[in-house]
Amino acid sequence: MSSLLTPELLAQVGKSGPRQTELVTRRDIRKYAVATGQRQRRFLDGDEAPPLYYITLFWPVVELGELTRDGVFVDRLVPDLSLHKAMAGGIKVEYFRAIRPGDVLVASRTFTNLYEKQGASGLLIFYEVVMQVTTEQGEPVLTETATRIMR
Amino acid sequence: MTTDRIARIRPGDVLPEIVNRCDTVQLFLYNAALWNAHRIHFDYPYATQVEGYPGLVLAGPLIGDWLTQCVIDWLAEDGQLISVEYSNRRASFVGDVLAASGVVRAVDQTSRRVELELFVRTESGEVVAPGSAVVGFRAA
Repeated sequence: MSSLLTPELLAQVGKSGPRQTELVTRRDIRKYAVATGQRQRRFLDGDEAPPLYYITLFWPVVELGELTRDGVFVDRLVPDLSLHKAMAGGIKVEYFRAIRPGDVLVASRTFTNLYEKQGASGLLIFYEVVMQVTTEQGEPVLTETATRIMR
Repeated sequence: MTTDRIARIRPGDVLPEIVNRCDTVQLFLYNAALWNAHRIHFDYPYATQVEGYPGLVLAGPLIGDWLTQCVIDWLAEDGQLISVEYSNRRASFVGDVLAASGVVRAVDQTSRRVELELFVRTESGEVVAPGSAVVGFRAA
């Protein structure tokens, strides 16, 4: 079976996106804590963010016209792949410090890997993006490696 | 009995299970907090007729969050999460009863680190999201 990954696509591996700076608010932490069903009081009161709160903080806010028909934003860091139905893959996160209200955090994302695997109904494309989150002063907060699957 | 909790932790110890049954309200709130407009999470006709799913699809990171809750609740105030990873092995849907739990795989008394195997599974025992974590215990 022929590969879906052209040399041009593979050449995009290593590309980095623009830095994203966001303010952490107590209200947003509380919303996240309620929505995920947290039980720890420090999360529900917004004193500290739950471990995966940062996903909402750095989720792209795009205008309506930039959403695809199925409501998905196009990640401009990743090249246009020949498969377009996205499935959540998985993540790995290393933590260096807690996130609290008032923090101003900076995320830097790099497209780090692109490969394919044979699935039950055809080839699947996997890609990885590494996101490093620091404070404005450069103090490490967390590093996430996210894998997405396209079918 | 020692008050140093890590001294009492052994490989094979089981983390208390957290059972979740996500309804449409919780799924809506989660995707609103995330700012996620993917139709498979809120548009039932689209999810079932266009994508062919049996119902509204639970957001993958929400299931991942339940794994971290299982760890954090077990840790209580005795330490912190150092790393976590998980993968979404198959889709889950509104109304599914999903249990997050884990097992202690290794304990290093010197570094005060504990390795955990994690999983979210259905009522029938199928694992939908395997994972792992490393936690660090504070000195007593």
